[in-house]
Amino acid sequence: MGADHQGLGVQAAAMSLHGTAAIVGAYEHPTRQADGLSVLRLHADVAKGALADAGLSKSDIDGYFCAGDAPGLGTATVAEYLGLKLRHLDSTESGGSAPILHVAHAAAAIAAGRCNVALITLAGRPRAAMAEAQARAKADAAGGKAGRPPLALRPPDPDCPELAFELPYGPATQNLYAMVARRHMHEFGTTSEQLAWIKVAASQHAQHNPNAMLRKVVTVEEVVGSPMVADPLHRLDCCVMSDGGGALIVARPEIAKSLKRPVVMVRGTGEALKHAMGGRIDLTTSAAAWSGPAAFAEAGITPAQIQYASLYDSFTITVLMQLEDLGFCRKGEGGRFVADGNLISGVGRLPFNTDGGGLCNNHPANRGGVTKVIEAVRQLRGEAHPAVQVKDCRWALANGIGGALASRHVAGTLILERL
Amino acid sequence: MRTIPAPKVLPDTLRYWTAADEGRLLVKRCTACGEFHHYPRDLCPFCLSDATEWTTAAGTGTLYSFSTMGQGDAAYTLAYVTLDEGPTMLSNVVGCDPATLAVGQRVRVVFTPSDGGHAVPMFTPA
Repeated sequence: MGADHQGLGVQAAAMSLHGTAAIVGAYEHPTRQADGLSVLRLHADVAKGALADAGLSKSDIDGYFCAGDAPGLGTATVAEYLGLKLRHLDSTESGGSAPILHVAHAAAAIAAGRCNVALITLAGRPRAAMAEAQARAKADAAGGKAGRPPLALRPPDPDCPELAFELPYGPATQNLYAMVARRHMHEFGTTSEQLAWIKVAASQHAQHNPNAMLRKVVTVEEVVGSPMVADPLHRLDCCVMSDGGGALIVARPEIAKSLKRPVVMVRGTGEALKHAMGGRIDLTTSAAAWSGPAAFAEAGITPAQIQYASLYDSFTITVLMQLEDLGFCRKGEGGRFVADGNLISGVGRLPFNTDGGGLCNNHPANRGGVTKVIEAVRQLRGEAHPAVQVKDCRWALANGIGGALASRHVAGTLILERL
Repeated sequence: MRTIPAPKVLPDTLRYWTAADEGRLLVKRCTACGEFHHYPRDLCPFCLSDATEWTTAAGTGTLYSFSTMGQGDAAYTLAYVTLDEGPTMLSNVVGCDPATLAVGQRVRVVFTPSDGGHAVPMFTPA
């Protein structure tokens, strides 16, 4: 499939995004259960937080990016609430990886002169909505009405032709990712204990994050001893469900240098998608195997130079797949790579998700992309918690996987450098 | 036992579902490039030819991967099954103890009624 991209035998005239933009603002909402806060209010809160972080005002924003978690008409609805006047907007939707694609698209827009300061927001309240739906169902049942089960996610679109060939079989996110784990175990001998090390590392980091949902340090034994959700994945192999969100501000480098914060430059970007390929299913390689090399080529560095990595952690297996596909280890060696604390800051070779990640800290709106970039920015600025801060962190990577690895998904890779 | 949601049938795949009601598994093949594909489309996803035809699959294949979710009677096993014709399809494995399943084992198609709709192809150990 990768070779098909070059079917015409020509490369697009290369407009590298290397150094065309910088991340100047980053903000994570502290809430994990947004009772009484609307989705729009959350988007507005994180926008305001990122502006304050950058030292910019809302009149500086001339580009805006959001994805399917934004309500109503998306860009227009959020811009109306915030009173933004825009000359560039983009609502690229790729699930949880969308904010990572948005950073690259913002850099491209800035390079093309379409905007100078781009705002990216992501927010949602699936946890509060679930609690409200459960309360309603309980009230309905008490009043003699049939209770309806709560929906955590939007109902599927009946016009998607593939759904007739999927929904009767009961695909949930958990069992789809579990099939990736099972196949990886079959092909490479990966074990549940190795996957558990990913959660152990995340929990080691989360203990230092006062906002994290799960701050308790766990052991390999506790992970593999937790209830089976979709075999071979246990409850502690799964990310949290949380409310909240985050925002980023991407600006022209000259603007970044005029501000008071350390400058975090965009050096490499990549995006790719993978689907069922007409039935040529191959569950042990993700789209990150295509987005990653593109980002490293643009950045002009190798995986060995990355000092900190934010890796999408919807499940432990998601992290393991990215480690291999991004080139931190060879295909099939992810299990050995993550074992014995190799992802723990101050202990292992590749500190990851030092905020606790989606596994322990936050997975707002069921989308982990924005928090991945935010923690990478904290690390590069030296603003991570001192207990997990990587010493003199100059190069960081953030990778997102939106959708589901076992069906269709979009990977976004971002490589950042602190000047 | 889990209720099987009725597939939402669109016009271009109606034949697949009526064949399932008759106990036959169909798979699409492109007469231009010769490739089989799944899920079935009017246009071949490999060469975009509209010269695709329905063929009756042997109904046998191998288990590519699987996962059992849910407790007790509500437990069910999601699976990818690689058909002998080539494509791998999403399905369920039924009629067995999931603890005995193994990647790579042979399976054969069976048809399970859905909730007020067409029969749904599933697999059981061969």
